[in-house]
Amino acid sequence: MTQRILGPFNRVEGDLEVSLEIDGGRVCSARVNSPLYRGFEEILPGKAPADALVIVPRICGICSVSQSNAAAAALRRLGGHEPPPNGRLATCLITACENLADHLTHFYLFFMPDFARPQYRGRPWFARAEARFRAQTGTAMGAALPARAQFMHLMGIMAGKWPHTLALGPGGSSRSLATAEVLRLITVLRDFRGFLESHTFGDTLESVSALTDLAALERWRQGRGGDLACLLDIAEDLGLERLGRAEDRFLSFGAYRTPDGHLFPSGVWDCVPHALDSQLITEDPSHAWMAGDALVPAHGLTQPAPDKPGAYTWCKAPRYDGLVMETGALARQMVAGHPLVRELVATSGGSVLARVLARLLELAIVVPEMERWAQAIRPGEPWCRSDPLPQEGSAAGLVEAARGALGHWLRVDRGRIASYQIVAPTTWNFSPRDRQGIPGPLEQALVGTPVEEGEGTPVAVQHVVRSFDPCMVCTVH
Amino acid sequence: MNARPAPPLNLLWLQSGGCGGCTLSLLNAEQPHLYLRLAQAGIRLLWHPSLSEETGEAALTQLQACHQGREPLDILCVEGSLLTGPHGTGRFHVLSGTGRPMIDWVRELAARARHVIAVGTCAAFGGVPTAGGNPTGAVGLQYDGDQPGGLLGQDFRSEAGLPVINVAGCPTHPEWVLDTLLALALDRLGAPDLDPLNRPRFYADHLVHHGCPRNEYYEFKASAERPSDQGCLMENLGCKGTQAHADCNTRLWNGSGSCLRGGYACVSCTEPRFEEPGHPFAETPKIAGIPIGLPSDMPRAWFVALAALSKSATPRRVRDNAVADHPVVTPAVRKTGLK
Repeated sequence: MTQRILGPFNRVEGDLEVSLEIDGGRVCSARVNSPLYRGFEEILPGKAPADALVIVPRICGICSVSQSNAAAAALRRLGGHEPPPNGRLATCLITACENLADHLTHFYLFFMPDFARPQYRGRPWFARAEARFRAQTGTAMGAALPARAQFMHLMGIMAGKWPHTLALGPGGSSRSLATAEVLRLITVLRDFRGFLESHTFGDTLESVSALTDLAALERWRQGRGGDLACLLDIAEDLGLERLGRAEDRFLSFGAYRTPDGHLFPSGVWDCVPHALDSQLITEDPSHAWMAGDALVPAHGLTQPAPDKPGAYTWCKAPRYDGLVMETGALARQMVAGHPLVRELVATSGGSVLARVLARLLELAIVVPEMERWAQAIRPGEPWCRSDPLPQEGSAAGLVEAARGALGHWLRVDRGRIASYQIVAPTTWNFSPRDRQGIPGPLEQALVGTPVEEGEGTPVAVQHVVRSFDPCMVCTVH
Repeated sequence: MNARPAPPLNLLWLQSGGCGGCTLSLLNAEQPHLYLRLAQAGIRLLWHPSLSEETGEAALTQLQACHQGREPLDILCVEGSLLTGPHGTGRFHVLSGTGRPMIDWVRELAARARHVIAVGTCAAFGGVPTAGGNPTGAVGLQYDGDQPGGLLGQDFRSEAGLPVINVAGCPTHPEWVLDTLLALALDRLGAPDLDPLNRPRFYADHLVHHGCPRNEYYEFKASAERPSDQGCLMENLGCKGTQAHADCNTRLWNGSGSCLRGGYACVSCTEPRFEEPGHPFAETPKIAGIPIGLPSDMPRAWFVALAALSKSATPRRVRDNAVADHPVVTPAVRKTGLK
């Protein structure tokens, strides 16, 4: 058996180190280390509650709006007032823009470039993948970067800027739109649709959303251009549906709270769907450089203990009713009951392919919803309530970021933040072992991953790690 | 005969105690996109934690080549604050795969670099991680808040003879970073081109206020009272646009945006210590009803006198629209006599 430490592990957001034990050409044990600690949960207490809206987006430059949305949700729960319909639509559009831009960034800039690596020379798809996806120079970069930047014009119209907008608050959005701006917004969305249909899918978004089983997906793929079909060709050759399986338990806090309810509901998938009970969430610091015991986040503590024996990361281990949970687009679609995603997981489990496919399906499903939300905006009607915040109380803001379930637990005492605990999507996915010694989702997903002779950082390990689209700056904050 | 093109400048990018938002903002660059922009400026991205193919030992090989001087390091960009804790060890950020604190890597690589750029307010001044008692001992590369020093010390000069170039902003506008790189590539960024906080003057010699579309409301002191109101954000909602150095309202964000256009206050994110303003961010501190933070280069008495005069002269359209989320009084249509 050999041991190997992998890092700096790049094309993920933030700093990541993975330690492997390898035996017989396969990973037999993995430990994941989040090696950066900045102390946001120590910074926030003592501040005015609304100051969280300035501080928490700066936890993460790629999930900035989601952090903002979670803080706004927690403050709203504290005060108990619903934003007007325009405010809810604005929140849906702004969060969807970030989430979908993140899916796009992940696919084109972080995940696909690994298939352009020289060790895949000789595969039937290599020439196509290399020309299209090579990091920085592939033809897809020249198409995806401008498409992403122009899609982000939505942020310029609705949120002032991205990242680190202060537009979203507990009462709705600070940015009212006039008709001229709604029309520009619709133009931006149609332009992004055009990119996805011509480059990513080679088909209409509605046709991609209508793929409801594996047989239909297989028929659809045959002879099709576009980047999803290219991924499916690669996945078939490399068996990406058999790579990177964790425990297949999934968690979603519910995404896109429109005036008519969530587009994707909250829930837990454990062989069958269950309702979410957020009281069952705990964070266990047993293998983190953190003092204390497993606690519910409402009473959670953040006390760095850099010399703690047995610890190997700054990340605490979140558990749901004591169980390991995976979160992200795959979890959202499992909970929401997307038939193709559920069939894929029923057939071969949560995998590298399932995670990446779920993100691309969300691009196809959510952009048409965004078009509908934009059409539903009523200029001249209210965007924001401005009710005073209570001086005392506790509340949780549970939302979905691109990478999955994001929770903020807030306690206010005499008009100041007394406690602020954050559990981010990659905190779940890249959690360390808990006090029972049960490894987190990535640690489990890596077990069994093949390691070829002479590979420094095994490429299959890279596929598994990046399939989660980790955000390390959110993981430990 | 054409001159032989200069060899490309090597750029190494490191991230430490920040959020990665300056890199993500950089991806918003347009016309042309980021990679083409760098290529056209003659800049070769030697390694970037989010964008490069190389990972693990392949990435370390690049870092070590720069560290040992085998690869010229023309430009070192550092994003994120530098974490000196706990107890001066730097262990709050150990560069993965190396077992060494990032502050050690940064100190040693900076000593090899022809130019050092602090990308964002964290790397420039310490930024958000220094808020609330600074639990990780975060500092900027050459400043600790507004005090010179930081990780590298007040006397640090890169090989080209410049201090750390502070492209401050939380986040940075993509053009601030790319124009700094282009200016370096063209040899057009020297000591006189930096302001007293070592920020490039091309964007820091402006105020956020310049070009603000709420200027008519500002002139009449017709102020917003709550989020989504259209009026000026200075009197009640914490806006520091008249004091903050940046060109955010003439060099727009994501096509057509800025904080003020988004309906919320400028929190002066290009300035040292913006993260601890001493008051709630979205409230304007006042004495006797008058904001403390008046425009920095205007005598207080004049401001108060002008404000009183302009408030008394405010047209109804401006006064009513300032506290509404859409125009409730439109500009009058009448013959103006203009041809």
